[in-house]
Amino acid sequence: MEFFKKQTNFPFMATRKVWYTLSAVLMVGSAVSFMTRGLNLGIDFTGGIGASATFSQAVNVEEVRSNLVAAGFKEPQAQTFGTSREVAIRLPPEAEQNVTATRSKLEGALKSIDRTAEVKQVDVVGPQVGNELKTSAVWALALTLLGIFIYIAFRFHTWRLSLGAILAVLHDPILVLGIFSITQTSFDLAVVAAILAVIGYSLNDTVVVFDRIRERLETNRRLPPEVVLDQSINQTLSRTIMTKVVTSIVVVALLFLGGPVLRGFSEALIIGIVAGTYSSIYISSAIALDCGLTAEHVFPSEKKAALDHLP
Amino acid sequence: MLEYARWKYVLVGVVLLLALIFALPNVFGDDPAVQVARKDRAPVAADAESKIEAYLKERSITFEKGFTDNGRVMLRFPNVPEQLKARDAVNDQFKDTYVTALSFASRAPEIFRRLGLRPMPLGLDLRGGLYLLYQVDVNGAVNQWLEGYAQDARRALATANIPFKDVTLTTTGSSDRPNAIRIVLPPEADANAARTALSQPMQGAQISTDSLASGSAIVATLTPAQIKERQDYAIQQNITTLRNRVNELGVSEPIVQRQGLDRINVQLPGVQNSAEVKDILGKVATLEFRLEDMNNSAYEAAASGHAPIGSKLYTHTRMNRPLLLKREIIATGDQLTNATSTQTQEGPAVSIKLDARGGEAMLKTTRANLKKRMAVVLIEKRRETSEVNGQKVTKDVTDEQVINDATIQGIFSNNFQITGLSSGEARELALLLRSGSLSTPIYVIEERAVGPSVGKENIDKGIHALIIGMLGVFVFMAIYYKTFGLVADVVLLANVVLLAALLSMMRASLSLPGIAGIILTVGMAVDANVLIYERIREEVRKGVSPQAAIRAGFEKAFSAIADSNVTTLIAGVVLWVMGTGPIRGFAVVLTLGIATSLFTALMGSRALITLMYGGKRKLTALSI
Repeated sequence: MEFFKKQTNFPFMATRKVWYTLSAVLMVGSAVSFMTRGLNLGIDFTGGIGASATFSQAVNVEEVRSNLVAAGFKEPQAQTFGTSREVAIRLPPEAEQNVTATRSKLEGALKSIDRTAEVKQVDVVGPQVGNELKTSAVWALALTLLGIFIYIAFRFHTWRLSLGAILAVLHDPILVLGIFSITQTSFDLAVVAAILAVIGYSLNDTVVVFDRIRERLETNRRLPPEVVLDQSINQTLSRTIMTKVVTSIVVVALLFLGGPVLRGFSEALIIGIVAGTYSSIYISSAIALDCGLTAEHVFPSEKKAALDHLP
Repeated sequence: MLEYARWKYVLVGVVLLLALIFALPNVFGDDPAVQVARKDRAPVAADAESKIEAYLKERSITFEKGFTDNGRVMLRFPNVPEQLKARDAVNDQFKDTYVTALSFASRAPEIFRRLGLRPMPLGLDLRGGLYLLYQVDVNGAVNQWLEGYAQDARRALATANIPFKDVTLTTTGSSDRPNAIRIVLPPEADANAARTALSQPMQGAQISTDSLASGSAIVATLTPAQIKERQDYAIQQNITTLRNRVNELGVSEPIVQRQGLDRINVQLPGVQNSAEVKDILGKVATLEFRLEDMNNSAYEAAASGHAPIGSKLYTHTRMNRPLLLKREIIATGDQLTNATSTQTQEGPAVSIKLDARGGEAMLKTTRANLKKRMAVVLIEKRRETSEVNGQKVTKDVTDEQVINDATIQGIFSNNFQITGLSSGEARELALLLRSGSLSTPIYVIEERAVGPSVGKENIDKGIHALIIGMLGVFVFMAIYYKTFGLVADVVLLANVVLLAALLSMMRASLSLPGIAGIILTVGMAVDANVLIYERIREEVRKGVSPQAAIRAGFEKAFSAIADSNVTTLIAGVVLWVMGTGPIRGFAVVLTLGIATSLFTALMGSRALITLMYGGKRKLTALSI
């Protein structure tokens, strides 16, 4: 079985304005949503109390909420997650933060709805932890991008490819953040891990394309760069799609079978994988081309050596 | 003809064999278990296990043969209800000698444990338990050090007969010249002589002299290196103390480790009651031994509210009377090496042993102050949060109480007793002191409790997703690449085994994000195979002979595989270094997974394919 029996020949470079526009629209949309709606940050970032409880039958979250208010909890939030018998409860930070006391108070309030209610997990996070996490997540992102910029510039001898890779790769977390902000999906630490993994995977694709570009530039110095880039992307297209299909199989398994804890993580990965495949096919090489990439940038010394051998 | 060096076959074979051995303990699963340890932390007696098991039999509790490991007995049970019954039974019967903890014991045969082969430890999210994150008050530690400095300065000036007016501290946070002590000298004092006298106790600090309207002031400022050293010391000391206290709790497989600059994270599997644990772990108690001020009346001072210079006013808690104690501290809890509760003729007592320095100071003091009175001050620190005008205000509260005062009856040094306590107080004080004093206050800033059933559910879900995900990949690869797809499947399986072996060897605890990392590794490990196979297909399309196509496929795909994995590795390593908790667990697996998939795809699959196709002379087509 093969997806592409024949060598494809899509004109990626000639149509790049279309893809730039599409990306620009997606980026602006994400940024606008991010700025106006913000993210639905989990207690990992905001501090506060998070709990999960199970009931023996489907439960009305409004009833849970009103019972919690009656039990003396301020501003409780409740929503079902996973199944309609599981409820996630979120409470603002309290002065007396204590897992055991909170648990028994919660259990008391919930047992009045359903005698078999069980509080399964209680997390209490201080506000200072959350603030630090935000800074360290941004630092981790910046360091990763810097490390990758340097590595690609070193391996491929030109900043043009580095820049293409970094811009294409930035595209993916921005889109994930945008979609998380539009859908107001809970954004927790696991999602941050997923976003950084997405960066790694998206780069993986980009680098495989670049590797082919390097190989083709070496053997086809006379061809215009647009042609070489198009050929390289087309030749690696089968692999790009194939790998993404396989990765998607496992991520879909995680999404449906991994339980509610990993839901946000899996969703971020799926969005990121689609975005990453798109950006490494349509965006990264196009940016390198617009930065004026030529064979000389990738093989400067050998070009000179070749000239010396001319009669 | 395809060839592959013999040593490479051997290497692949040996690595896979070792991986299988190390990964094997993971397939047996766990039994619910109860860990029984002696209260005094001594190893259990050789017959302890048979004795306890005989008692369980008597109570007709079903159990499976346990074992003794590391000085602790592990009792195994077929199910959780029996485990809970057994714990309660052991707690009732052996209350005085043993502490118990709920745990898990691997079902792997005895031989594995003897060889040191253990399954991956499970994180709290997979087995239930309590997670606490403590903030260490490192500035408090520096201030404490400054106080010690100030005391040394007073002593040095007094020894050199140099008059001084006042010794003050500027602590962290105060604006002008923080972390310094300031000694104000009267006009008649020789500032240079004072500097010389201070050079010894103030070693390492920056010393400067200020001219004042009358007299001068010497300021000694701690260098950043000194501050850092002190902060690191405070954290290290608190970690040691927390470890000791956790051990006293009898939790099985606890984790106490530094996190970042000034945090300590504590993971207690199987523990659910956080209030009790926090009480025992977080108590900051230290002792100070001070001489009483016999020249002034404590009642007068209590009435006026002002203590004479050089003294401090205290209240004797039990006697409920005021006491004046001299500012000089003879010895502190830091210098304590052991504390045990005993019975003496005067009633319950705590027997105290000090280190050499403390003993020396005690000897000097008792020799010079025979028949005078000495007091023991217990200092407890806690943080109180209250609401003032709707704003949350946290403040540190220090309770200082004199727990004991007595006349010095004889000269003693590093070995003596504190009497005048009730037997319960003596036991608690001895425990607190023995498990080390937390010299620096710590506060819980994050706590998470995971119920045991949640852990079980998370594991089941994770493993389920892993199996289904892998099956999906296997079937897809076999359809898409036929025989070569099957080779990839074998290689993928080897990759998971290798990863499990590495994780078991490193004893890195596995969490749910870690399982997600394994699943993703399976997805990504395919990539290297895909790169190679697509390359082989390209070569075949060009009309290259099958064996040459295989060789070219591996060789040409190499640079793409290397570069693409290094970039993913950069992301993994950054996460590993910067992340904590779930992120780190994920990063560890991601990073190791890249390493193992490089090995299996480049060496393992090449060995296998060469083995299959290398010797065939008349190979005309590849099943790819």
